[in-house]
Amino acid sequence: MHHNIIVREVANLFFPIIILFGLYVQFHGDFGPGGGFQAGVIIAVGIILYALVHGLDKTRRLIPEKAVRIGMSLGVLLYAGVGVVTLLLGAEFLNYNVLVANPLTGQHLGIFLIELGVGITVATVMVMIFYAFAGRGQE
Amino acid sequence: MMLTATAVALLCIQSLFVAAMLTGIYSLLSAALFVLLDAVDVAFTEAAVGAGITTVLFLGMLARIPSRPEQYRKLHLRVGPMLAVLITGAALIYATHDMPAFGDPKAPANVHVAPRYINDSAREVGPPNIVTSVLASYRGYDTLGEVTVIFTAGVGVLLLLGHRRRREDRDAP
Repeated sequence: MHHNIIVREVANLFFPIIILFGLYVQFHGDFGPGGGFQAGVIIAVGIILYALVHGLDKTRRLIPEKAVRIGMSLGVLLYAGVGVVTLLLGAEFLNYNVLVANPLTGQHLGIFLIELGVGITVATVMVMIFYAFAGRGQE
Repeated sequence: MMLTATAVALLCIQSLFVAAMLTGIYSLLSAALFVLLDAVDVAFTEAAVGAGITTVLFLGMLARIPSRPEQYRKLHLRVGPMLAVLITGAALIYATHDMPAFGDPKAPANVHVAPRYINDSAREVGPPNIVTSVLASYRGYDTLGEVTVIFTAGVGVLLLLGHRRRREDRDAP
């Protein structure tokens, strides 16, 4: 697919739009449909589209496998970490009310952080699975 | 109706490539169904995961396996499995008659915790999207579990498929 100029240019055109849309879904999930899970998948799809058009090696140089692996655990860690922080602040696990003085702001911050954790984990796991599948049998 | 048509077509098709495309179409149609039922978040997920990434992963897998067109020529219709599927389907359809009507305000699902979510989530949690409030705050444990499941799945795939590079490193002088 690398040699087809139409496919390549259209993919180049869409790549930033897909990533932007993913970020929108991620951070606008409180107000409209969407959230970390959907955003993670959309961002992963953008990266996979890039990999399909530009080849796996170029994508691996752009987003190293090591970073993807770290991202996988970072997302879960961020989610569970928010829970541990609320525990340390004297409330129940994942009770965001105590994160800041105002409970509603605390809820907002908590939801923001855990959705970010979900997004990071989902996106990196999907990219990881794609790397593992597509990289098999190469070289 | 179109869902059934796609499913039947999936049964009859021999080419794996067409089958992968048809599963994508099936997911997209289910997403449209979820939109009709006002479950926008679920539809979003179905469209992104079912129609998007699963199809890509199927295609990635198809590119790796050798194509064997000769062995998929004939559609075997076995009586036993066919009967099992038909009886299960009939039982499920029979059971739906016991379910409350769609959107019935007195249905058990609508009187348990849903009123609390609808009435109080804006005051207790904040976001206008109640689905987000439920997923991220009221049901925070469950979502943490889901993320852990995804993480575990990723680790599993890594364990099965991802060790090629490390072995090469060890072989290299």
